[in-house]
Amino acid sequence: MDNFDTITAPATPLMESSISVIRISGTKAFEITEKVFRKKSGKKISFSDTPSHTVHFGIIADGEDIIDEVLVTVFKNPNSYTGEDIIEISSHGGVYITRKILSLLIKKGARNAEPGEFTKRAFLNGKLDLSQSEAVADLIKSQTESAHRSSLKQLEGSLSKYISEARHDLLNAISLVELELDFAEEDVEFLNKDELRNKISNLKEKLEKILSTYITGKIIRDGVNLVISGKPNSGKSSLFNFLLNSERAIVSDIPGTTRDYLEEKLIINGILFNLTDTAGIRLTEDIIESEGVKRSFEKIEEADLNLYLIDSSTGEDEIGKSLEYFKNKLNHENTIVCFTKSDLKVSQIPERHLSISLFIPDSIENLKKSMVKNYLESTKIENKDDIILTNYRHKICIEQTIESLLKSIESIDSSMSGEYISLDLRNAINRLGEITGEFTNEEVLNNIFMKFCIGK
Amino acid sequence: MKNKYYDIVVVGAGHAGIEASVSAARMGCTVALITMDTFAIGRMSCNPAIGGTAKGHLVKEIDALGGVMGELADKAGIQFKMLNLSKGPAVWSPRSQSDKELYSIEARKLILNTDGIDLIQDTISELIVEESNSPDELQKHKIKGVKTGFGSQIICKSVIICSGTFLNAIMHTGKTRTMGGRVEENSATGLSEYLMGFGFEVGRLKTGTPPRLDINTIDFSKTEVQKGDSNPNPFSHKTNTNNFPFLKQVDCYLTHTNELTHEYLKEGFEDSPMFTGRIQGVGPRYCPSIEDKINRFSDKPRHQIFLEPEKLNGNTIYMNGFSSSLSAEIQLKAARTVPGLENVEFIRHGYAVEYDFFPTHQIYPTLETKIIAGLYHAGQINGTSGYEEAAAQGLIAGINSALKIFRKQELVLKRSDSYIGVLIDDLINKVPVEPYRMFTSSAEYRLLLRQDNAALRLSNLGYELGLIEKSYIEKINLSKRLIEDGVKFFSKKTVSPKDINPVLTYAGSNPISQNEFMSNLMRRNEIKINDFLNLSLFNENELLKKIKDDEFVSSQIEIEIKYEGYIKRQAEQIESFNRNENIKIPDSFNYDKIKSLSSEALDKLKKIKPKSIGQASRIAGVNPSDISAILIFMRG
Repeated sequence: MDNFDTITAPATPLMESSISVIRISGTKAFEITEKVFRKKSGKKISFSDTPSHTVHFGIIADGEDIIDEVLVTVFKNPNSYTGEDIIEISSHGGVYITRKILSLLIKKGARNAEPGEFTKRAFLNGKLDLSQSEAVADLIKSQTESAHRSSLKQLEGSLSKYISEARHDLLNAISLVELELDFAEEDVEFLNKDELRNKISNLKEKLEKILSTYITGKIIRDGVNLVISGKPNSGKSSLFNFLLNSERAIVSDIPGTTRDYLEEKLIINGILFNLTDTAGIRLTEDIIESEGVKRSFEKIEEADLNLYLIDSSTGEDEIGKSLEYFKNKLNHENTIVCFTKSDLKVSQIPERHLSISLFIPDSIENLKKSMVKNYLESTKIENKDDIILTNYRHKICIEQTIESLLKSIESIDSSMSGEYISLDLRNAINRLGEITGEFTNEEVLNNIFMKFCIGK
Repeated sequence: MKNKYYDIVVVGAGHAGIEASVSAARMGCTVALITMDTFAIGRMSCNPAIGGTAKGHLVKEIDALGGVMGELADKAGIQFKMLNLSKGPAVWSPRSQSDKELYSIEARKLILNTDGIDLIQDTISELIVEESNSPDELQKHKIKGVKTGFGSQIICKSVIICSGTFLNAIMHTGKTRTMGGRVEENSATGLSEYLMGFGFEVGRLKTGTPPRLDINTIDFSKTEVQKGDSNPNPFSHKTNTNNFPFLKQVDCYLTHTNELTHEYLKEGFEDSPMFTGRIQGVGPRYCPSIEDKINRFSDKPRHQIFLEPEKLNGNTIYMNGFSSSLSAEIQLKAARTVPGLENVEFIRHGYAVEYDFFPTHQIYPTLETKIIAGLYHAGQINGTSGYEEAAAQGLIAGINSALKIFRKQELVLKRSDSYIGVLIDDLINKVPVEPYRMFTSSAEYRLLLRQDNAALRLSNLGYELGLIEKSYIEKINLSKRLIEDGVKFFSKKTVSPKDINPVLTYAGSNPISQNEFMSNLMRRNEIKINDFLNLSLFNENELLKKIKDDEFVSSQIEIEIKYEGYIKRQAEQIESFNRNENIKIPDSFNYDKIKSLSSEALDKLKKIKPKSIGQASRIAGVNPSDISAILIFMRG
């Protein structure tokens, strides 16, 4: 098993663009590149003899067959992203040229990198810690500016710092409990159970606060799940298509199988919306007729934001029923009611609701503003340190920590002795440790010896 | 010169040496027990007590496996006390004060009466080794015998070194330095250097002991009496409870230092071997000298001093809490400021002792050294402190050396089995930097590792080894079945309001309005198992009659039911612990290839060569990121 063979992959998306970057990392990165790169004059370069972080202009050629004019950047270990020797080749963009250079590099001894392998090496070579590596994974996945910012923040370690502080508080609490168990005969002040309970419940609140940012974090990272719903023929698909055409749409990479709903991505003001067009809901009959309608309901349930469309041309009766439905069945906080076809409007529309028409550009702008406003409200961050939980694994760890803290509070409330309280406190600190670092029995003892005069 | 032949040579007859030689002999080996002084067997060098928090657990486990410390402590006990009774059963710990002289006499009797042990007064100067054909590439040598200080040779298969504080020992008092591991005793020189020749690393530790006071010069009326339990239980299952305790029971006394004491002590700081750097060895933080206490916690106006009798019919009092290596004059001047000690006379002043230990990355969990096959280290040589910690290791070394001679699977206890397992696992993975002492907080599964269930956990093992008698194991297995049946009974059977409400009301507990599972009621703080056992409707129930007659069984059932939720959670933790223990790391694993390992982690991993991911994760200096890296690397 040799994990440190030389790997290569495009560092930019494989698509038509003005430049693309190919990265090569490993002990043979220099040697392999030297085989295919030369100065325009024909002179070969020895990368081991050139300083790190320098750029070289030249050509990539397979023997006499010139592929492209490129810039080559040299990073020497350990001062590179992976901690290994790295070459980055900036070529003229385009799928064809990039593929050709890649296959040439592979022919000369490099191997196609697996997804995430550069980051994995960075981790194995000690360039990133675990939580930083996870942040990199998020960063690569992040599709908008705010997601980018949150991942960067995590990369800088602000989550680690926050969790470390929480962990420190917990360590002190555990030490107090253990002091009483292992040093009962010492002349030191023992634990006041009410104080301990306060400490733990403060800590729990702190963690709950950060946990509550997870939904926000998820929205920032993955985008707002926006569902367009309403009766058949209320204008859902028209709005769906119109929005996609008016803004930059991201072509879905989901295989085009037959679906009961359509999903597309859309960016408005730098915010990512995952748009879903649902099958129409028949409101008159309270029975779910088809699988499609059933899925519509599921989608509405899961949505971060629901655009509920009512055809304003259908007359008072129908509109009344639709509003009734909104009133009784939908979540008012994340639903925007839109009266469509307002150019055809026949009835009075309640003022607090939006009215739109695909033929009135301002009305669509208004709708977009509402969508953005709703996003900003749902992602309002109360945490003054601006820490947002975006990683699923971290979320689970914090949930388990809170659960253990709750159990320890239960033990305190039922007057259990310290070793039972400690069981769950230790569980809690171990869960937190899965985010930032280990917990050991010695840590408790060290903390006790530092703070208390022990030894009869 | 004529050679003598033994299976095993045990070097040192302290608490480790006693257990090692007795267990190996009882398992059928011939043992030469070599000591510098055959009248110093099981001598208590420091405090006159056996057991205490977590240490009491060790004594009970030693007894459950077939060791002897519990019996000896029962025979020599002059005060018994269960500590932590106000807490839950998992942290109750038995402790006894011993008559030191009687303890040593009983230990000597035991050694002389054990078939297979020859007691020899001598020292060891050299080992006789030969090339090893072991598949273990580190173990280049194996034991063939020993050469003694008096120049004789003993041919043997294993050597267990239980040298205590005697290797290159130096005692300090003020500016005075004396060679010796204990007052008026010698130091064992040469052996450390000899072993270093094979590539062993040697470290230096320090410990200390307080002054011994003349009982006739103390005014006890100015102190607080500390009594033992009036109805104590013995440590050992072998001890007959009928006329226990055997000896007259005595009190201890509590008094305190004051600011004047501290002022006087400070006068001695400039000559202190600790503060002037003459002592290089690291001392235990949980047992600091009095000068260390007032230096580090200068805001504390007083410290506790326990006055503990060392003998039933003697005049020495152990001044617990006043360990010191200051000059004898300063010690006495300061001691006389303590209430009750105004006119005190020392029988002996306190002193510090520095000694060699062999850092424990050099031994396997069997306690066999990695460099020389058949050589075992047990006790303070492994950096531990305490009689109980030493005895536990002596027992394991004795058992393993015998098992190896019989070519049987060696014994490695797990952290989830026992405190002994925790102790040895900690030694292997967190090489001590100060003398290691057992704490309950070091045992993460302590809710299950109680002193009360040591026999249930370990005695079957002891029986398989031939160290536990058949009649006892039959009794233990019967109890196990009764406990199981009892827990089932109370968890599955309901009781009616009519039957139980009078009992509940009497106990100050809320009455019930419909049938309720007895286990649910038993979980109430104020309700005990006896509240059910005494119900007249169970008068004819055979199972409950048996449970009622066996206090051990009924208390075990009560604990299992009362703390069921916690015990379950702890059992789940053990399961996940075992998952990591079962991810094996191949011996040939090349850590150098993982560049992300911190240099400390890399160094430790290469030295200790953990067998599993679980063990690797416990090595001091190896953090979760390192573990992730190893896992990611292993999965390729």
